[in-house]
Amino acid sequence: MDNDKRKEGIKGMANPTRYGIERVAYWLMRLSGLGLLGYFVAHIYETSNILRGRVGWDDFLALTQTPEGHVGMGIVIAMCVFHTVNGIRVMMGHGGVGVGKPTRPDYPYDPASQNYRHKIGIYSAIILAAIAFMYGMAVMFGE
Amino acid sequence: MAQVSSIADDQSSKSITLRIARYNPEKDSERQFMEFTVSYEKWTTVLEAILDVKQHFDHSVAVRYSCRQATCGSCGMIINGKPRLACFTKISELDSDVVTVEPMNNFPIIRDLAVKFERLFDTHHKIKPYLVRDDTELESDAQEFLQSPEELEQYIQFANCIKCGLCNSACPTMATDSSFVGPQALAQAYRYVADSRDKGKDSRLKIIDDSHGIWRCHFAGSCSQVCPKGVDPAMGIQLLRGYMLGFRS
Ligand code: SF4
Ligand code: FES
Repeated sequence: MDNDKRKEGIKGMANPTRYGIERVAYWLMRLSGLGLLGYFVAHIYETSNILRGRVGWDDFLALTQTPEGHVGMGIVIAMCVFHTVNGIRVMMGHGGVGVGKPTRPDYPYDPASQNYRHKIGIYSAIILAAIAFMYGMAVMFGE
Repeated sequence: MAQVSSIADDQSSKSITLRIARYNPEKDSERQFMEFTVSYEKWTTVLEAILDVKQHFDHSVAVRYSCRQATCGSCGMIINGKPRLACFTKISELDSDVVTVEPMNNFPIIRDLAVKFERLFDTHHKIKPYLVRDDTELESDAQEFLQSPEELEQYIQFANCIKCGLCNSACPTMATDSSFVGPQALAQAYRYVADSRDKGKDSRLKIIDDSHGIWRCHFAGSCSQVCPKGVDPAMGIQLLRGYMLGFRS
């Protein structure tokens, strides 16, 4: 290990188990962000198939009309919803909204910034993402 | 290198296995753990258990401590996976038969449990941790810089920081970016920016507005969860960002 630049690394950054739901939200935010970036690239590739004319477009689209394709799309929908809802929470927090007021702390020092408003925001983002996933599944598999 | 020993001479007390990470960057290629069986009482702290091991079995275990009362900020380490102060963590509260102590993450190791604090002190110093005033004001036949209790409330929480570095050790950004200024220094930047007596706001905001500065914080909040003094660095950082985004003045 490079002792002078010693850091916990990706393994530590991505470990969501030690610091409560806020760290889980942080981890899901990174994961969904990367997932959506991957989807964006794939989507550009997919739509570029229009250059192959109608047949080429239909052929390519057929690849996504499979059970795996449907589940993949469901995951994209869930990532989108989670990233949006949690993103709004994080952006508000970044502006200092809903992070509590400075005060004289009393033992056992519950940090005001990790308050129920933000926890509700995180759980709402997860629940809405799950609902969106299930709705997407119902629509795609219900065709 | 595993060693099983026991300092449990009092039959009435319980015992745990204390696993201590041993690593000397000048000699060792990798970290190893030594194991000791240590007796403890309800009030025994992790630091006391380590000092017991030093006294009875292996005095070469390197650990930094001073006040033993969560005041000096010296004894931060990873205890059962989380950054904590060894003098402020009772073995009984860990609720585990095995207590593993390792050096804090995101700090270079001096030896075993002792880490280098130079970078933390450098970044702390970088944000100008003092009141900035015109020299003339300080030299003239001085008056006190009066402050109301409400103005004091704006920053007093952040003045509790003991520079233990636990927040930097828990931070997910610090885990991947060793140049990140870190929650400790950012919380201190807020402490001075929010002080009604201070006039250094603009220069401090400029210092932290850089590629490894405040924008790297993603509000994971782990810093606040491990802070042993109730500083809540995550709150300070977001309030500070509020100044930069124009939500606060
Ligand atoms: S903010 Fe808290 S955890 Fe961080 S250095 Fe200060 S006292 Fe330690
Ligand atoms: S020994 Fe001083 S904080 Fe633990």
